[in-house]
Amino acid sequence: MSGAPASGAAVPLLAVEGLKKHFPILGGLLRRPVAWVQAVDGIDFAVAPGETLGVVGESGCGKSTTARLLMHLVAPDAGTVRFGGRAINAPGGIGLSELRRQMQMVFQDSYASLNPRLTVADTIASAPAGHGMKRADAQRLAHDLLARVGLEPALFLRRYPHELSGGQRQRVNIARALALSPRLLILDEAVSALDKSVEAQVLNLLLDLKDDLGLTYIFISHDLNVVQFISDRVMVMYLGRVVEIGPVEAIYAEPAHPYTRALLDSMPAMDPDRRTTEPPLSGDPPNPINPPSGCRFRTRCTFAEAVCTAREPALDTVAGAKFAGHHAACHMARAGSGHSKAPAPGAGGDSANPVTAGARP
Amino acid sequence: MLTFLIRRILYVVPIAIGVTFFVFSLVHLAPGDPLSAVVAGDAPREVVDMLRAAYGFDQPMIVQYLRWVARALSGDLGRSLATGRPVAAEMFAAIGNSVLLAFLAAAIGFTLGAILGGIAGYAQSSWLDKLASLIAILGVSVPHYWLGMVLVILFSVNMNALPAIGIGPAGSAFWLWTRTDWSHAILPAVTLSVIPMGIVTRTVRATVAETLAMEFVQALKAKGLPGHAVLLHVVRNVAPVCLAVMGLQFGYLLGGSILVETVFSWPGTGFLLNDAIFRRDIPMLQGVILVLAMFFVLLNLLVDIVQTLVDPRIRRG
Amino acid sequence: MAAQPPAPAIATSASAATPTRGYWATVGRRLMRDRVTMACALVLALILLAALLAPLIAPHDPFLGRMPRRLRPFGILNSLGMSDNPRAILEHPFGTDELGRDMLTRILYGGRLSLFMGVTPVFNALVIGGLLGIVAGFLGGWVNTLIMRTIDVFYAFPSVLLAIAISGTLGAGIVNAIVSLTVVFIPPIVRVSESVTTSVRTLDYVDAARASGLGTLSILRVHVLRNVFGPIFIYATSLISVSIILASGLSFLGLGVEPPNAEWGLMLNTLRPAIYTRPEVAALPGFAILVTSVCFNLLSDGLRSAMDVRI
Repeated sequence: MSGAPASGAAVPLLAVEGLKKHFPILGGLLRRPVAWVQAVDGIDFAVAPGETLGVVGESGCGKSTTARLLMHLVAPDAGTVRFGGRAINAPGGIGLSELRRQMQMVFQDSYASLNPRLTVADTIASAPAGHGMKRADAQRLAHDLLARVGLEPALFLRRYPHELSGGQRQRVNIARALALSPRLLILDEAVSALDKSVEAQVLNLLLDLKDDLGLTYIFISHDLNVVQFISDRVMVMYLGRVVEIGPVEAIYAEPAHPYTRALLDSMPAMDPDRRTTEPPLSGDPPNPINPPSGCRFRTRCTFAEAVCTAREPALDTVAGAKFAGHHAACHMARAGSGHSKAPAPGAGGDSANPVTAGARP
Repeated sequence: MLTFLIRRILYVVPIAIGVTFFVFSLVHLAPGDPLSAVVAGDAPREVVDMLRAAYGFDQPMIVQYLRWVARALSGDLGRSLATGRPVAAEMFAAIGNSVLLAFLAAAIGFTLGAILGGIAGYAQSSWLDKLASLIAILGVSVPHYWLGMVLVILFSVNMNALPAIGIGPAGSAFWLWTRTDWSHAILPAVTLSVIPMGIVTRTVRATVAETLAMEFVQALKAKGLPGHAVLLHVVRNVAPVCLAVMGLQFGYLLGGSILVETVFSWPGTGFLLNDAIFRRDIPMLQGVILVLAMFFVLLNLLVDIVQTLVDPRIRRG
Repeated sequence: MAAQPPAPAIATSASAATPTRGYWATVGRRLMRDRVTMACALVLALILLAALLAPLIAPHDPFLGRMPRRLRPFGILNSLGMSDNPRAILEHPFGTDELGRDMLTRILYGGRLSLFMGVTPVFNALVIGGLLGIVAGFLGGWVNTLIMRTIDVFYAFPSVLLAIAISGTLGAGIVNAIVSLTVVFIPPIVRVSESVTTSVRTLDYVDAARASGLGTLSILRVHVLRNVFGPIFIYATSLISVSIILASGLSFLGLGVEPPNAEWGLMLNTLRPAIYTRPEVAALPGFAILVTSVCFNLLSDGLRSAMDVRI
């Protein structure tokens, strides 16, 4: 995928190219790396200002590692991250400290992500105070933010994390993330641990905050219903790779990748007439230490053919896509890929991206 | 697992080097001339120099260290400054006596500890649990050198039932497996056993309680397994932890018996160490500490290996 | 969070009205409720007070011996027709030692050195070992390897052996005994602080603080130190009892405090020959060690359960 985001904005707020992180498995007598877990293996995507990008996939697909890589909590092995057009930690680019002011993160475990010894007020005020804000100002900010996330400041400012419910804690975490006035918020399974009713309240809060403060979200979740509800675009990850990305309508109505289809089929349908009849996704994902050759999904794919083992499909425009910016990494979505189910060459969406189509061997 | 075991065994090497270095440098921490133990203060200079060369004290430190290690590896720990006899020979009988005492104390302490701890863990918050916990607290809190004195007062002085000092009839320095010898071992062994008893009780109690609270035990009970079969599952989960603690405690018994051996004049390594300290017999001091420390290192290794073999959860390094 | 009824969008539930309490306030309240721990704290406070006030409350000079009065029995026994002088009940309630010095006075004065020599090594080790362990745990990498592997060497010695090896080489004396016991307690404290720090370092709130762009020092101060201090401190308190026994043990061997100073272990040593004539007097200093050590152990247990505030 090229730098230009599908949503059509001129400069993406966040542009990621070739992001990669392999974790070593140490072994043997000398504790040398004997293998590498390919947690995130070269992914590209962009997020336009003001949009919400949903990220879905099974556990272990690299969603959370991606979030930590973006925050630079884990140093990437390779790849560039540009924020507002400026490269991170590069000459003339954006520094880590500045990046972390503009981009904040809310973690899944609402309890573990709050220091048990700090009051709510101190937790929210600690970041701005660390960036040089006066103590009194930081405390006033904490007061305002707490009200903003729907917690009565007079009641909650002096409380400790163990005195809060899960939903209240996650509201505090959101307030803490907002304390530096970021432009981008990464929500890593931020509502997954909450009860359904509480989850809905927090989701509504997130939508309100986004409108009021002009925020951009990267919303990571394994819950496809929630992602559909909140996202403008959705990115599907499998074994450290992006397999499909596109507008939320495209992904949910016209999934191009068999993995996306399998995920959607596993969604519990409320309507008994719409219950799935297709075989569900079977087995666990393969070991990310030694991912399958060619297409990584082929070991679980009912449509796998010789070409899937031979060549890895690139993430490219879906042939005949009805929605702009709908990309998938599957031979079946590419004209002339050699897969029996692929559309005929020259048809449909291939013309949408002649450069990459022509470059293919 | 094999890799883990080999790694663990190889790790003994740097530890052993560290231990030898520490024991060797103890000499240089010591104030005064190590020769002062053998030579009178007014000895002629030539005699002092000759002796210094004979003991190797005139060489640079690193040379002395390497020589000492090389000789120690071949079983030669030098000669006692006080008696002139080889340190290794002096230690031989003493080690046997200490090991014997440690075994007796371990047998008493571990058995009582396992029983008390098991009962306390199974019957939590009952009066039995409270009693066992009280005994355990007393066990780990009692100054055992004092307990030795109290036992002597009770059983030797007041009741005249058991001998107060020595390993056997007056003058004997070896264990002879006679009834008299057994009677000599009772008080020191009981005295030495209270600390491991207390620690094993507390460990077993905590581990049993923790295991009983686990969901798999509930599941076993729920599927109608009889009590003794559930107990077997609990024991299998408690055993590795307790074995490890017992292994270490055995090492402490051997290395920490100096106070008890002093109270009861038991001719073991601790007694030897005490003598060496007050005669400023440096080679003897080094030899005893080195041997006891190396024994402890090997014991730790053994505990780790056994635990790895017994507990499936720690097979990965 | 387990299942709970749906809360209103703006949470102002009734529970919100309860006053909130800081961590230390909660710990304090729990301790006050724990009768055993409070009793131990009271006994220890009395022992400490008695030791501090020894010059004011002790009936005799701790160093003044009178040979004709040596090894007098307890005052109570005295009163049971065994005494020629009725005033002896008050004169030496705990009898006299082998040099005719008053035992009550010696026990009171002995508490000073015994407590001092028990607590100081643990305090020293807490500062040194805690620092090393936190540094090792927080920095990780080769610093961790260097510190922890060095500590492993000291772990090769059983604690009593290590204390006696160092004390035995340095020679008798209060300072030498404190140095050797400090060395004994550093390794376990380093291990505990390292593992606690390592586990705190990987918690989400430390990542969240890093993500907020906070500097290493403020993360260490606000997020790490505050959360590791409790566990390390509890562990250190559990060592005080061992330290008191070991310190007195060194003196008992003749390696710690030297005569004519009063110290419980040393008194036990010098009174050893008297077990045949005045067993109750000879055993008395050991009883003082036992009571102090039991109280410290129970106090540490109480602290441990009170400070385990994980709701």
